[in-house]
Amino acid sequence: MSVIQLAGIERVFHLGDSTVHALTHLDVSIEAGEYVAIMGPSGSGKSTLLNLLGLLDRPDAGSYHLEGRDVTTLSPDEQAAVRSRRIGFVFQSFHLVPRLTAAENVALPMMLAGIPAAERAQRVAQALKDFGLDQRADHRPDQLSGGQRQRVAIARATIMQPAVLLADEPTGNLDRATGDDVIHLLEVLNERGMTLIIVTHDQKIGSRARRQLMMEDGELRHDSARPAVTSPMP
Amino acid sequence: MRNADVLRFARDAAAGYPLRTSLSVLAMAIGVAAVVVLTALGDGARRYVVDQFSALGSNLVIVLPGRSATGGFSPANAVTTTPRDLTVDDAFALSRLPSVRRVAPLTAGTSEINANGRLRETVVAGTSSTYLDIRSFKMAQGAFLPVADWNRGAPVAVIGSKIKEEIFGAAPAVGELIRLGDRRLRIIGVLKSVGQGLGMNTDEVVFVPVNVAQSMFNSNTLFRVLIEARSRDQIEGVKAEVAAVLKARHGGEEDITVITQDAVLATFDKLLRALTAAVAGIAAISLAVAGILVMNVMLVAVTQRTSEIGLLMALGARGATIRDAFMAEAAMLSVVGALTGYGLGLFGAFVLRQMYPVFPAYPPNWAVIAALVTALSTGLLFGIMPARRAARLDPVQALMKH
Repeated sequence: MSVIQLAGIERVFHLGDSTVHALTHLDVSIEAGEYVAIMGPSGSGKSTLLNLLGLLDRPDAGSYHLEGRDVTTLSPDEQAAVRSRRIGFVFQSFHLVPRLTAAENVALPMMLAGIPAAERAQRVAQALKDFGLDQRADHRPDQLSGGQRQRVAIARATIMQPAVLLADEPTGNLDRATGDDVIHLLEVLNERGMTLIIVTHDQKIGSRARRQLMMEDGELRHDSARPAVTSPMP
Repeated sequence: MRNADVLRFARDAAAGYPLRTSLSVLAMAIGVAAVVVLTALGDGARRYVVDQFSALGSNLVIVLPGRSATGGFSPANAVTTTPRDLTVDDAFALSRLPSVRRVAPLTAGTSEINANGRLRETVVAGTSSTYLDIRSFKMAQGAFLPVADWNRGAPVAVIGSKIKEEIFGAAPAVGELIRLGDRRLRIIGVLKSVGQGLGMNTDEVVFVPVNVAQSMFNSNTLFRVLIEARSRDQIEGVKAEVAAVLKARHGGEEDITVITQDAVLATFDKLLRALTAAVAGIAAISLAVAGILVMNVMLVAVTQRTSEIGLLMALGARGATIRDAFMAEAAMLSVVGALTGYGLGLFGAFVLRQMYPVFPAYPPNWAVIAALVTALSTGLLFGIMPARRAARLDPVQALMKH
């Protein structure tokens, strides 16, 4: 079953007089448990695609089915509920709340979802242990290294056991060795069945994924899973 | 998101920016404290005046010689312009009115008291036995002036507590002979200290029978006639009857003025209440300013925490949750500020009372409630706009801000 099914997606931005087609004629289907890298130069539409997949943005046309459910027609609150339970985000700049400790940052999605404090504490403790952060639970982000920060962010993204993990340049602010650790961590999560979608312009990281989607000028230029279907380069 | 979590999140957010938070709390606190202290002052002034008048006695009607208002020109005015004296006989006539309980004539002058080898100037008040009850005075030693014919008073005197102190010190005064002007009088009582009242300090007055004072000052006019009505409802009736009786006795001339304690009191009460309300209104402006400051602080908070708001949205926060979190933060600033201000205000009123013990500077309940409610509602009201702005942020744009 496709966890993600995009059909005829269009996204147009109006910047002053000019209109920018951030995404055009996008048809993509991603199976549950897949490991996908979305690649392409800046401005190719890969971030817009990730925002659409994460329900942070709405397409101007087309349909998006997440786990068989049409999520483009949902109300903002229903979309928030889907984000809460089915989608995890990992950002390039970590996006940890600076005044909260590592444990509190990890607990944030559960707090927003209204999970009782006792259950939160238990799940956070387990997650921190799994990610090797149990010694850092009470540290604030500024007391953590870059790699530790991103591990906290990944723990936070997966604490609600989402169906899809979306990572936007997860190694962009990290050195090579730390970045490799983070990628390895994400791959382990993928091996356990979580659908992993990474946006990157790093060829080396992109090539580790089992499937690559090459974006250019808002179009899908190449899909390694379906080489025959993609349109030829102009 | 659970309510307890919303509150905890808001608290941590406020605590995360201590300077900004404490400044807006301070602004709110100053606003509330200003209302509390200023209304305590205003209401203290009102109570002070009311207490002073209440000290005069209850159900009191006072007759003064002379007219209170000038009428237009009339032949009657042209014939006699000088008011007739208010006499002891006038006062006695008033005492026979059915709705009058007691009447006390009062005449006053200054003289010298000479006793125990000491001499001092003093106010001499000529009155009757009824004066004690009308003014609700208490005796410290001895008795007040005896019941007697107002035209045949005995050569006795009752002295105020300060006179007693200065002339006799700790020694007993009752039974001593004094020289008052050219009279020799025997002290039969000492009043308990009552302090200021009706423009003279009763503690420094020597009371003598009214005819003794009149012959001492060679006058047969009265300074005041104090009348106590039988009940509060009869005050207006007494006022009219007194005016009618004295008009008849003075050959149809309205040459006296009748005032009631109630009327004077009501006027002062009204005036000082209005003053307190006006002062409270002025102080409330600072509350509005504090509310606007809270709004500013929250707008800055929204701008500063834009990427955090984007993150919360990405993590599944609904718009309403984000709105609630920011509203809760604004409410907390207001609540803490209002309570701090209330405490500061009470302390300020306490300091005022310590500095001026006679001045009952307690903030009125209505002002305290109004100040707290205004503080909370302005905080919430001005919190709405920033909170809605936060809730309506576009998550993609918000996340990009860093």
